[in-house]
Amino acid sequence: MARVVVDVVLKPEILDPQGQAIVGALDRLGIAGVSDVRQGKHFELEVEDSVDDDALTELADTLLANPVIENFTIHR
Amino acid sequence: MPVRVGVVSFPGSLDDRDAMRAVRLAGGDAVPLWHADAALNDVAAVILPGGFSYGDYLRCGAIARFSPVMAAVIDAARDGLPVLGICNGFQVLCEAHLLPGALIRNRLRKFVCKQQRLRVESTASPWTAGYREGEELVIPLKSGEGAYVADERTLDDLEATGRVVVRYLEENPNGSYRNIAGIRNEAGNVLGLMPHPEHAVEALTGPGTDGLRFFLSLTGADAAGLQR
Repeated sequence: MARVVVDVVLKPEILDPQGQAIVGALDRLGIAGVSDVRQGKHFELEVEDSVDDDALTELADTLLANPVIENFTIHR
Repeated sequence: MPVRVGVVSFPGSLDDRDAMRAVRLAGGDAVPLWHADAALNDVAAVILPGGFSYGDYLRCGAIARFSPVMAAVIDAARDGLPVLGICNGFQVLCEAHLLPGALIRNRLRKFVCKQQRLRVESTASPWTAGYREGEELVIPLKSGEGAYVADERTLDDLEATGRVVVRYLEENPNGSYRNIAGIRNEAGNVLGLMPHPEHAVEALTGPGTDGLRFFLSLTGADAAGLQR
């Protein structure tokens, strides 16, 4: 068993209204110097050793992320 | 024999009852379909209704796409079965790759609930044959993640092939690319839109009856001849 992490973030060309809301809140917090925030999702999977990289890619590409609007990275 | 139109209920669907009512008002036979059933019960068309299927967990429509009923809907849609996805149903159709693109959070992050003016851009679908190109409609829009997005090539292709079915008029309510409110697939049998035609089928409960012809187009019934 191993822990595999998959991070999913909206593609750069897709507007991220939630990220923009966070930037707005940072202003009110009094922290200057953060010009942009892109928010995303972080998945932690407990995976048996028999699951190969192809299966993990398929899992991320078909369920965890929507490749039309999101990019993902797998950390094994 | 009235046309049998299946309406799918997912856990979290909200507008399945209204969709069934719209089918009946249009002279059709509304057939309830359950998300866990793999059979479509010999329906001649399927409606995926609005709501929050599976709580909209992960992404809107992402879990619903893997439900047993959707396996049957996807197969049948590829064989030409008319499928109408409204709001959450549109999101499910995009997640299932029956329609290109995706729907993301509204640009201003607010849930939008209003009577929305629309223009019919294309009538080449069994759901829109009863409209005229260029006709203007008022239909309720109620969604938090209704901004239609796709890459430029896909958008150009949709425009060039007449697959943009309805477009928002006046101020863009959610940041949809090119003011797109609804699109269809190449064959025309699969149509998805964010506004809710099933909420505009009776003068008493809606802004008018501009939505009724989505259902009349499918059933082929004559509105004037229907018993109310």
